[in-house]
This record gives sequence, C-alpha cells and structure tokens, in this order.
Amino acid sequence: MDLKLIIFWVFSLVLIGAAIGVITTRNPVQAALFLVLAFVNSSIIWMLMEAEFLAITLVLVYVGAVMVLFLFVVMMLDVNLVPLREGFTRYLPVGGLVAAAIVLQMILLIRVKWVDASQYAQPLPKPADYSNTEALGMAMYTDYLFQFEVAAVILLVAIIAAIALTMRRRPLTKYQRPAEQVLVQKADRLRVVQVNSEDNQNPAVMSNYAAAVPAVAPGDTSVDDAIDDATEQGAKP
Amino acid sequence: MIPLSHFLTLGAVLFGLSIAGIFLNRKNIIIILMSIELMLLAVNMNFVAFSYFLDDTAGQVFVFFILTVAAAEAAIGLAILVVLFRTRGTINVGDLDQLQG
Repeated sequence: MDLKLIIFWVFSLVLIGAAIGVITTRNPVQAALFLVLAFVNSSIIWMLMEAEFLAITLVLVYVGAVMVLFLFVVMMLDVNLVPLREGFTRYLPVGGLVAAAIVLQMILLIRVKWVDASQYAQPLPKPADYSNTEALGMAMYTDYLFQFEVAAVILLVAIIAAIALTMRRRPLTKYQRPAEQVLVQKADRLRVVQVNSEDNQNPAVMSNYAAAVPAVAPGDTSVDDAIDDATEQGAKP
Repeated sequence: MIPLSHFLTLGAVLFGLSIAGIFLNRKNIIIILMSIELMLLAVNMNFVAFSYFLDDTAGQVFVFFILTVAAAEAAIGLAILVVLFRTRGTINVGDLDQLQG
C-alpha cells in the first residue's frame, strides 16, 4: 500500500465522517463546522488528483466565504432548534433506505465487469514544469470564454439579488438622493447678502468672505434665517 | 496508485449521505442547504476524478462553474432565509404553508 493510497483512505474516511456529522448533528453551528471539515478533506483529495487550483479555490471560496456566510446566518438567526428536529427518527428508516439504495446502485455501476472503473488506466505523471492553474486558465479564457462571462453575470445577479432581498428601508433613516444632488444649482445653495461692511468690528476680515458666507451683522435676524435656509437645503437637497 | 473506482465510490457515498441528510432534516432549511452543498461537492469529486483519469481539463473547468453557481445559490438561498425569518419568525419548513401546498 503506497503513500498516496494511505492518504486517500485517511482523508476520505474523515470526509465521510464529517458528512455524517453534518446530517446528524443537533446544532446548525456544529453542522457548518463539520461541513468546513468535509471541504478541507475533499480539497486534499483533489490535490491527490492533481487539481491543485480547484483544491485551493475550494478552501478559499467555500471555507473562506460560503461557510462564513452560513455561520453568519446561523448565528444571526435566533432559531428555536427543538421543532426543527422533530421527525428525525421517523424519517430515519426511509431516508437511510433511499440513500443506501442510491449508493448501492452507483457502486454496482462503478464496479460491474464491463465498465470496471478499477481497471481504468492510470494517467501519466505530468512533467515538473506543468502548471495546473495555467492549463485551467488557458482552457477558460479560450474555449470556455463565453461560459466564463456567463458565470461572471451569474455572480453579479447573485450579489444584486442578495442585497435587494435583504435590504429594508426604515422610515426614520435619512438617505441621500444623488440625482437631486447632481442637479442642484448654485442659486439653491447660496444666497449673496449685501451688508454694509463699515458697520462691522473687523472690516478687513469680514470683507474677505462676505461674498461666500452671508455675513452676520449684529441684530440682523434675516441673515440668520438665510443661513438656516442654506443649511436646510444642503441637508435635504 | 489509487484506482478511479475509489474516487467514484467516495463521490457516491457522499451523494447518498447528503440525500439522507435532506430526508432526515426536512424541517430545517439550513441543514438542507448544507446537504445541497455536500451533494455538489460529491458531484465535483466525480468531475475532478474523470478529469484526472481522462487527462482532460474540461472537467475541472466545469467544476469551476459549479463552484460559481453553488456560491451564488448559497448567497441567494441564505438571503431568502433571512427575509423568511424576518417576516415569519421561523425557519421551520412545517410552518411555511402559506401557499397551501
């Protein structure tokens, strides 16, 4: 028994154990963590099949993103677990029967004499400078370019759908209205008030920005109102 | 050397386990979604095995697309789950009978 076969057996047994853990555990957080274990183990098995890029992608994308999303949702929802478990023992016989039948049929199909997969020719080892990532990239950007673009569109649709589904508008929240912000005119925001600068205490400073900021003359309430109007318009264009 | 049948059998066992998971946890949408992920993993295992033994990159490209679609499916499914929990206060499949199905 060579090393690769030992590695295969160890990791596939842990993988099957993790899969059993996913479907039987009581706690969804534990199920998510078992699923992480299953993904990591199958990534090692993909490494054995020289699919290095996909093995790393599985860990990065699944364990790093999808399972974190699962854990996030599981922990965010305050779920009462007791009613979710009912029917577990009731459906155990029929579920086990269906699963066993499917597995038996597939294994029979794999092992029958005339398509015996165990007699399949072993692939030749790749040369040392062979890059799995490069080969996959070559295939993806030449033969499968259109499908690649479609996959990108699917991801975009998923982003937009997830945001659109979960976003809710609270009545008290203030939102920007970008269209009106872009369309705003100078006259909406700014009102130039003519004041007599000679009346002020410090005429040299005040005259510098008298045009931009409405100068506050002592006792001039109309200018205060102008400032209030300007700030209100700025806040709510 | 590991024969092809080992990988295919592993995929078949994983697929059967995930089907059993859908049967056993039919009240809990989260576990059902996880079982679907496991099922896609089993299918991907077969794709990678055949890609390796037939020495063809197409199988791995297909696995790549399956991963893409599975990620999108998980994101949208969990978003629907969050909205469902927000409106109904439960994720029990037995309580979701509004369509009288």
